[in-house]
Amino acid sequence: MFTDVDTLDHAFTPPPAPVLSSFPGGRADAARAAIVTGAGDAKSDAACDWTAHVHRIRDTRDQGAFAELFGHFAPRVKAFLIRSGADAGLAEECTQEVMATLWQKAHQFDPARASVATWVFTIARNRRIDALRRQRRPEPEDLPWGPEADPDQEEVVTLQQETDRLAEALRALPDKQRYLIERAYFGELSHTEIAAETGLPLGTIKSRIRLALERLRHEMK
Amino acid sequence: MSAKIKHHLSPQLLMAYAAGALPEAFDLVVASHLSLCDACRAEAESYETLGGAVLENENAVALDEDSLAATLRLIETGLPEPAEAAIPEAAPGEALPAPVRVYVGGGLDDVRWQNIGRGVKQALLPMTGEARARLLYIPAGMAVPDHGHSGAEVTLVLRGAFSDESDRFGPGDVEIADEKLHHSPVAEEGEDCICLAVTDAPLRFSGLVPRLAQPFLQI
Repeated sequence: MFTDVDTLDHAFTPPPAPVLSSFPGGRADAARAAIVTGAGDAKSDAACDWTAHVHRIRDTRDQGAFAELFGHFAPRVKAFLIRSGADAGLAEECTQEVMATLWQKAHQFDPARASVATWVFTIARNRRIDALRRQRRPEPEDLPWGPEADPDQEEVVTLQQETDRLAEALRALPDKQRYLIERAYFGELSHTEIAAETGLPLGTIKSRIRLALERLRHEMK
Repeated sequence: MSAKIKHHLSPQLLMAYAAGALPEAFDLVVASHLSLCDACRAEAESYETLGGAVLENENAVALDEDSLAATLRLIETGLPEPAEAAIPEAAPGEALPAPVRVYVGGGLDDVRWQNIGRGVKQALLPMTGEARARLLYIPAGMAVPDHGHSGAEVTLVLRGAFSDESDRFGPGDVEIADEKLHHSPVAEEGEDCICLAVTDAPLRFSGLVPRLAQPFLQI
């Protein structure tokens, strides 16, 4: 597995980090709030890092931070659930539950392990499995460590940026291929339909795999 | 354990797991392997990152007018706590990973085995949907009856090892078989072999007796 990562194709080189102006309003504050290391160059601005918002909810139950997160993620979660087969009513109900879960589990969020968007995705995915498919979701055994008290900020920023870079890379894919990947995440493809030749963006996620592996190795020391 | 694992999950299974697209039985075998294998866990997390990217790219749809207020009320009153099953403690040298212990309601000593002949035992785990999950107990040196598959079968070795026409599979290894593979796994000498096997369609046995027994044993 370790060597496989090195032999994946390079078909999808991630483009440079997107500039902030290409995103809808409300995110500049988030990016600014996230710059804790003082490395306030253009690239850090582009991180669109929601981590600070989640921490404000965790630390001070900050409703303003929650409202901003809600404004960005709730309409996307609802869209995701509708495209996964929920009607508008159920999607709205589940979206509110997903966002409430985000509030309640804010202390479990580990910015060294996932971006906020990825974390929200996993909550929405689990809610979908529970509400739409009515089945349990077995989870892997917890790693023997929780969120780090003081994660390396540079690593966190890189990781938080990665979802945006991947999103950008996804948008750059040919429609057919992007559509296929999206359908997989809406739960519309079986694992036998998700075949390697359908163009999993393995090149793009290769760096993500390596980063995650390095972190795991670091933690295991 | 991670370093010794030779046979890993496929990218398709890892992506489908991250996407939440698998039947419960397959989720179980993936979650069990991830509990033992850092490399696949990292790869699965990277597919979750891709899910985050898909979510980020969604076109925002209109929410109900009072959506935020309703969510804040929900936070105020508290969400109904999901009935999360507690993970039974692992005994020293426990063979079952945490996700399997949840389904067994305990460890290896608590499994309620059913004899299916020649010392081979199985225990079906309760699953939603058509895909089935079972624990298999194969005495050292014994063979599982020759069988093919109508669909996919994923087998995770939890203790001991088995070999078949394709390779040898030790603890933590997964064998992914499709309808093309017709195999008769043999447990290695020395230690009894315990596996978690999931299938999305009934197995096809070659011999008459196993074929007759199949409806009763639900295999």
